[in-house]
Amino acid sequence: MAAYPAWDEDGARLIVASLSHLEGATLPILHALQDEFGYVDPQAVPLIAETLNLSLADVHGTISFYHDFRTTPPPPRLVKLCRAEACQAVGCETLVEELAREHGIVVDGPGSEGRGAVESVYCLGNCALGPSALVEGELLGRVDADRIAALCGEPR
Amino acid sequence: MSDAIRIHVPIDAAALSVGAEAVAQAILREAQARGVAIELVRNGTRGMLWLEPLVEVETPDGRVGYGPAAAQDVASLFDAGFQAGGAHALRLGRVDELDWMKRQQRLTFARVGLTDPLSLADYRAHDGLRGLERALSLTGAAIVEEVTASGLRGRGGAGFPTGIKWRTVHDARAERKYIVCNADEGDSGTFADRMLMEGDPFLVIEGMAIAAIAVGATKGYIYLRSEYPHAHKTLQRAILRAHHAGMLGPSVLGSGRAFEIEVRLGAGAYICGEETSLLESLEGHRAVVRAKPPIPALAGLFGKPTIVNNVLSFAAVPWILAHGAEAYADYGMGRSRGTLPVQLGGNIRRGGLIELAFGIPLREIIEEMGGGTLSGRPIRAVQVGGPLGAYLTERQLDTPMDYEALAGIRAMLGHGGIVVFDDSVDMARQARFAFEFCARESCGKCTPCRIGATRGVELVDRIIAGVERPKNLAVLRDLNRLMTDASLCAMGGLTPMPVTSALDHFFEDFDRPSRPAPSPLAGEGWGEGSRDTAGLSALLTPTGNDSATPHPAATRPPSPARGEGEPVAERRT
Ligand SMILES: Cc1cc2nc3c(=O)[nH]c(=O)nc-3n(C[C@H](O)[C@H](O)[C@H](O)COP(=O)(O)O)c2cc1C
Ligand code: SF4
Ligand code: FES
Repeated sequence: MAAYPAWDEDGARLIVASLSHLEGATLPILHALQDEFGYVDPQAVPLIAETLNLSLADVHGTISFYHDFRTTPPPPRLVKLCRAEACQAVGCETLVEELAREHGIVVDGPGSEGRGAVESVYCLGNCALGPSALVEGELLGRVDADRIAALCGEPR
Repeated sequence: MSDAIRIHVPIDAAALSVGAEAVAQAILREAQARGVAIELVRNGTRGMLWLEPLVEVETPDGRVGYGPAAAQDVASLFDAGFQAGGAHALRLGRVDELDWMKRQQRLTFARVGLTDPLSLADYRAHDGLRGLERALSLTGAAIVEEVTASGLRGRGGAGFPTGIKWRTVHDARAERKYIVCNADEGDSGTFADRMLMEGDPFLVIEGMAIAAIAVGATKGYIYLRSEYPHAHKTLQRAILRAHHAGMLGPSVLGSGRAFEIEVRLGAGAYICGEETSLLESLEGHRAVVRAKPPIPALAGLFGKPTIVNNVLSFAAVPWILAHGAEAYADYGMGRSRGTLPVQLGGNIRRGGLIELAFGIPLREIIEEMGGGTLSGRPIRAVQVGGPLGAYLTERQLDTPMDYEALAGIRAMLGHGGIVVFDDSVDMARQARFAFEFCARESCGKCTPCRIGATRGVELVDRIIAGVERPKNLAVLRDLNRLMTDASLCAMGGLTPMPVTSALDHFFEDFDRPSRPAPSPLAGEGWGEGSRDTAGLSALLTPTGNDSATPHPAATRPPSPARGEGEPVAERRT
């Protein structure tokens, strides 16, 4: 499972500085921070704003616009489950119900301590082999509730 | 090792999603244990996704396929002498002789599944770079003319003539111009861009380089959705190699003309596929749609003239340059020229990618190639063209795949995705989803979309629950009209398309005995996840009052009203 270092201001500053020369650097910086720490800490906002000469509102607005960027540390494992039409056609909604009923996992729910969480996404480009999920950069096809639950691990 | 047997196992994400990596590892282990000399090639996928992982062996009679293979099949494959094409339960015969492959006209996907995606030598050996080489011998105007004459229309959904867009950028005067490849591929049911970027990335690079040479641009961006980490890796590696080989850089193929490409990742926003929203995102902002004019071709990225094209549009160009516009235009029908990569998914027995000249009837694709539903139940609905596309009935499947023919039945081709549903589908629920997706993904700029989508969810919920059905159905029809006419872009403008088609063709699903509302799509949307409360409170009002409190999602911060309420001039442009 992905283990991220705790947020650290100096590390973040280095990342921001190393990418600030790019045209339209905001998204690359946000991605790099999230890759490093697992999320974008609110403390990054002034850092980015200062370096790129943007207002705090601009940076905050950008972060909040995109579904990808988290502002709190991630669960030990994040399973992105496709809920779009081609996966609906092969039962992803039933899978979601089963996860809740049989495994106590609420998709997009608050999650539980120490356990992986499941988040909705809309199409992973695997529409002929659904239901599909993306876990730590690996694409999974023909998944079922048991497999997703196993990826999340047992509740503590 | 010249007598080593070449064995192919795809490295495409779809193949990996069903275990291709384990198969590849098992083959390496088993070959070593048995002392068999092999060379393992990791190719793209052929697009026969129901056969993945598809292992191919090069034999004197051509490439013989075995699939779908699992790691535990590997020992028995060796026992059967598959390395020499031996008989086995999984043996499919010569891959290029399979019906699925033989029926196609693969121009854009000619190399995908065949070659090593990251080998530039392989690329060249299979006709790569001929388009770019020819382009470098022509003037910019002549390249643009060739693209125009081919009849190529943008494959991202809007079907706008590519040559005309290029001419505008060519004729614009500016010290800096940009080439932007739209690799956001947000439409559910589509994966052709992904398959191509993973299976033949140099083709995308070549297409973008030709565009750059044609219009005098020196910098290109590929805007890739973050849901495609495998494609990301492949593109990064391919760009690095193209650079080393002088295909990109200060002097493209020694021409003295500079062109660089950078990949930028999106961040999970469907609207970023819309070209102006994409440009806002590339510039680092909230991806709010821009009003047009100005068009991106004149004032695009950082205000500079910019070509924005879909992955498949760029990828069609090298073939056109190498073989001539006329050869390309010979394929197709009416005003839809060339070939269309169709993506067949959902509840389908044989799903995958099929590249064909425009004009083939949907039925042929779904029934003959696809073999009907995976569940074995009857087909009830087919959505064509992504989440904003219409749902068709079984009776409409004789419609040909062609921009105009589909428009003629109030449907659209979009990016060529076909999603099949069996008779267990609840079309009222699908209509609800269309609104819900729009509410979640709306950029928030204009009211009909931002608020209308949320109202749509509420209305469908009431209809499903049997609350004042006739009245709410009438309101729903009005809402559809309003969103269609008054949304700034096709997100709000086309969301009514799946809804209306569901109402028109599957009305019985809206007219059943009342049921509890379907569980909400979880997802933060713009409000704080209490989407259903608003719907419920409306339901609980004795009158079923339509002026119920709008959903919190509707109260998201308004953005500048520039262009708000303008009619959708061009669909999906
Ligand atoms: C809501 C919305 C989503 C879109 N998504 C995509 C997409 O994912 N990929 C794409 O190439 N075009 C998409 N488009 C179309 C683009 O705006 C634009 O027409 C296209 O990139 C132009 O390239 P083309 O002419 O090569 O198709 C979308 C349009 C809208 C309105
Ligand atoms: S229709 Fe309006 S609010 Fe909806 S995505 Fe387009 S511009 Fe944004
Ligand atoms: S719809 Fe689920 S992967 Fe495309």
